[in-house]
Amino acid sequence: MEETWRLAGKKDTLGTRARMIQAIRRYFTDRGYLEVETPLRIPAPAPEEYIDAVPSGQWYLQTSPELCMKRLLAAGYSRIFQISKCFRDRERGVHHLPEFTMLEWYRKDIDYLALMEECEEMICGAALQVGVGDRIVRRGKTISLKPPWERLTLEAAFAGYAPFTTLRDAVESGRFEGVLVDHIEPCLGRERPTFLYEYPLSLGALARAKPEDPKVAERFELYIGGLELANAFTELADAEEQRQRFERARRARFTAGQAVYPEAEPFLRALPGLGEAAGIALGIDRLAMLLTGAERIDDVVAFSPEEL
Amino acid sequence: MYSASDLKKGLRIKIDNEPYIVTEFNFVKPGKGQALYRCKLRNMVNGNQFERTFRSVDTFESADLREKRMQFLYVEQDKYCFMDNETYEQVFLSQDQVGDAKNFLIDNIEVEILFFEDKPLGVSLPNFVDLVVTMAEPWAKGDSVTGNTKPVTLQTGYQLLVPTFIEEGEKIRVDTRSGEYLTRVKG
Repeated sequence: MEETWRLAGKKDTLGTRARMIQAIRRYFTDRGYLEVETPLRIPAPAPEEYIDAVPSGQWYLQTSPELCMKRLLAAGYSRIFQISKCFRDRERGVHHLPEFTMLEWYRKDIDYLALMEECEEMICGAALQVGVGDRIVRRGKTISLKPPWERLTLEAAFAGYAPFTTLRDAVESGRFEGVLVDHIEPCLGRERPTFLYEYPLSLGALARAKPEDPKVAERFELYIGGLELANAFTELADAEEQRQRFERARRARFTAGQAVYPEAEPFLRALPGLGEAAGIALGIDRLAMLLTGAERIDDVVAFSPEEL
Repeated sequence: MYSASDLKKGLRIKIDNEPYIVTEFNFVKPGKGQALYRCKLRNMVNGNQFERTFRSVDTFESADLREKRMQFLYVEQDKYCFMDNETYEQVFLSQDQVGDAKNFLIDNIEVEILFFEDKPLGVSLPNFVDLVVTMAEPWAKGDSVTGNTKPVTLQTGYQLLVPTFIEEGEKIRVDTRSGEYLTRVKG
């Protein structure tokens, strides 16, 4: 009884979520993007040090559709998007579900800075379509969605919000995540959304290095109201470099006693065909949280794993 | 042995040889970075609370806690004495350790005593305990509206609200989890 009652209470939120997804589809199809579907069950997820895949037989459930989508991109599908389920083992919290919905889109001949503008346009469009307008309220604070949004380098964010350390020290001492979560993230996207960009190369495993500064990865993350919403790169198209970075991640996983995935050979073979391109992954559940004012990710899905 | 991903509210773990209970728990994981497990912990021996953030590489031993059935004997100078009826072993709990349970500890009542290794930490009561009303205002005739209550004092000194028809010397059943009146007990 109580379960039925709770489900019924989500009707408005789930309605807004559905309209939001329809608006996103329309945004991309109107701009010549092709909607694609790639397999959820794959033999070789990208080896990332801190992302664990859920095994499925001898294979794995995807942690992201990234590798398959880049193979399509390299084969000449120049504008593609996908809305699909992704699975990450043991990720469960107020903002995390081990099974969640991801929007990814990729485009040829642009870099990550151009993606920032597409983000602004797409999210503003979706907010308008679901009737939220150009401002949202999160935890009692109003956030204006009017572009342009704030662009803040990681270096500047550390100087401004965590002056007791530097980006370099935090990364080298393994305290990067702690400082980011405790001191920087709460300050991001407070009055308008923030693009946090220019990550150290070691924190952008699939990103291209900045041509004029090879220690910096062309990567950004989008934050709204302190909530991390999307991660984007200018894609690395150098197969040899990518192979070496995968190898480092694989070794780190091995040392930490984590599962080591097979090499994604077809992806590495296709990579040189990528040319200049950029891509982004955006959490649909979290965007739904922002547009509905939900505090917990559980509130924007019909069922959390504990409710099954 | 627990790993950080086992952490959740209510889990009992051992840190520096002391038992802790997780009172609040939050999983955070920025970007593609490593997961952080933020916890509020309470020391089950001295009650001290603190916050700590763990990483996925951290592991914990489970706190070696067990419960033993014992009988409450007496209280003297804020020490509560309990006895194991089979071994006649006696243990003492302080007022802090007993907490609100003191309101329901009547002579000879059987309770569960929580131990960490050999140290007694606390007491858990049966859900329902029958106690004698030792002080109550007499029932004023005419005050018969259902739902009306009056305060009474029980044999342990505990005060609570009961229906107006309860008289001094009667026995009532109390829910020890909420501390509320349940029913009158005849006999």
